Amino acid sequence: MITVAFLKAAIIAGTPLLFATLGEIITEKAGNLNLGVEGMMLMGAVIGFQMGYSSNSPLLALIFAALAGGIGAFIYAFLTVSLRANQVVSGLALTIFGTGFAGFVGQKLVGLKMTDEFNDFFRELKIPGLGDIPYFGEILFNHDMFVYLGFITAIILGLYLYKTGRGLNLRAVGENPAAADAASVRITRYKYIHILIGGALCGLGGAYLSLVYVPVWQENITAGRGWIAVALVIFSAWNPYRAIFGAYLFGGLDIIGFRLQGTGIAISQYVFDMVPYVVTIIILVIVSLRKDKRNAPPKSLGEPYFREER
Amino acid sequence: MQIRLVKKADIGTRRQTLIFLAAIFLALFTTGLFILFLGLNPIRVYISMINGAFGSAYRLEQTFVNAIPLIITSLGIAIAFRMKFWNIGAEGQIIMGAFFASYVALNHSDLSRPVLLSIMFLAGFIGGAIWGFIPAFFKAKWGTNETIITLMMNYVALKWIIYLQFGPWKDPSALGFPKIPNFAENAILPKLFGLHIGWIIALILVVLVYIFMNRSKKGFEIAVIGESINTARYAGINIFRTIILAMVLSGGICGIVGMIQTSGVNLTLSKEITGGVGYTAIITAWLGALKPHWIVLVSVLFAALIQGSSYIQSAFGLSAASAQLFQAIILFFVLGSEFFARYKVIFDWKSLSKAKEDRE
Repeated sequence: MITVAFLKAAIIAGTPLLFATLGEIITEKAGNLNLGVEGMMLMGAVIGFQMGYSSNSPLLALIFAALAGGIGAFIYAFLTVSLRANQVVSGLALTIFGTGFAGFVGQKLVGLKMTDEFNDFFRELKIPGLGDIPYFGEILFNHDMFVYLGFITAIILGLYLYKTGRGLNLRAVGENPAAADAASVRITRYKYIHILIGGALCGLGGAYLSLVYVPVWQENITAGRGWIAVALVIFSAWNPYRAIFGAYLFGGLDIIGFRLQGTGIAISQYVFDMVPYVVTIIILVIVSLRKDKRNAPPKSLGEPYFREER
Repeated sequence: MQIRLVKKADIGTRRQTLIFLAAIFLALFTTGLFILFLGLNPIRVYISMINGAFGSAYRLEQTFVNAIPLIITSLGIAIAFRMKFWNIGAEGQIIMGAFFASYVALNHSDLSRPVLLSIMFLAGFIGGAIWGFIPAFFKAKWGTNETIITLMMNYVALKWIIYLQFGPWKDPSALGFPKIPNFAENAILPKLFGLHIGWIIALILVVLVYIFMNRSKKGFEIAVIGESINTARYAGINIFRTIILAMVLSGGICGIVGMIQTSGVNLTLSKEITGGVGYTAIITAWLGALKPHWIVLVSVLFAALIQGSSYIQSAFGLSAASAQLFQAIILFFVLGSEFFARYKVIFDWKSLSKAKEDRE
């Protein structure tokens, strides 16, 4: 069952999760828990699809998907950073908003398809040399450009967080905003920028679903993947490199039911549909069992920063 | 110039209500702009919404039928939220309550009606309570993130019902149509004043939850844990037991909704049993400030909004998702408005010392 085709498919299924997970990591590193991932993904998915369908330009579709996620994130940032609203409820509100938004805009898109010319942009691109390695070449280096983009984004994000001054400042904002503030880091600006980037990444993750993975518009196209991404952030201990592994692992879980069915095991498809959700629960419980300081969330996560309260 | 924020002392209920109403008004205004953008007349849309929710005896009844599950689910959610336990698993808890109640209804319809209904009620509570207990146990024992677990369990419950509906519980007499058989007459909630008696259950629960949260020791302990877990620990509260109890109640109350919806409204179990109430109730619980009496008011208004929206869907050709958008916008504005009840914004034109004098 663990074949080359399966592993390759797992990476493809994991790519939308990777984008969303990276988006949520960068948001949470700024000390903000944004539970609107699912909503922002849906906003990106529907706007990306709408844009792609009406303009036939993949690039415009991607830009608008990122913008849509960013706009969702902006609403959240304004509420939680500027107005100090409860982060959990604001995020939930964003998910409800995004679901409604996608349902509203997507009503006329159900069942539509992109042109072949459009789809050609997301064809598999074999990387010269690396793509010819037996087994690994096919699994890792023969994908559409989105998959590579996700991989590269994770590495850039990792470098940014751990190797740059800004990244250090960002981590300080998430760990101890008062200290960062005293060191004249602009807390509000840092939070806004990173929440917005996070939203844009979630939007792109959604766009991958609607433009490449499915790629027909269907209602509730994300099917809880935004929430799995929130779980993956915990699983990968807020580390972008580990997020790559986590996302691909969950990508595999996402498709395992479908694959098992093909093997003729006499269990209903609907039971297999539960697998990714049940495994998410189990993994979260296991992660919470191991108490390790290095795996702890950013200290100020979920707390609004209020300078006068020091 | 410098903009500074100062925390306000407790402001009066009147001002708080005013700020709340202003937020609702702004939300209506924003949605109105959106409706205008769609090329419709917002005033006309709002009027037909009101008409659709209250315009006839039938519509009024539908509004109340929608309000019952919203009220009860919001009560359940409020107990957990008061403890800052983010239970977004009401959807799954309703489904499991419905599943347990339906199991009784489908297999023991030979019992007399009051007995059967009582057992179904209890089964509904237990089903929801189990679904509430699981995340509570992990949270209390190992601090596992409850938000995601409760949400994942929604999907597990939903897939389970789909499995039943398309598999072992499929009605053989439905000619291959995937549906679970209808309940026997015995398993259907009686009506009082034209409305299934879920409304009486809802009102009783409002009173009970109010007493529990405001007058009982356990209710107080839940609030203390919500304020500060350290304070709770210091005060010698048994945190493990309190979390479990709160979530068993929270989930159980949501489970009752499952029983009421199967037995009073749908007359069977289906994957559409919740109608998204589990998510909408998060909004109503928060807008009702987690207080039972406000929850009743907000839930009835939201039920009217839902009923009114479904009416304008056909009248103006709007999508079903527009109601959801509308609800989220209201929640956005109310969330934002809370800032103005809690903080005072000071525009510091001159020096810091001058502002300090103002504060003192």
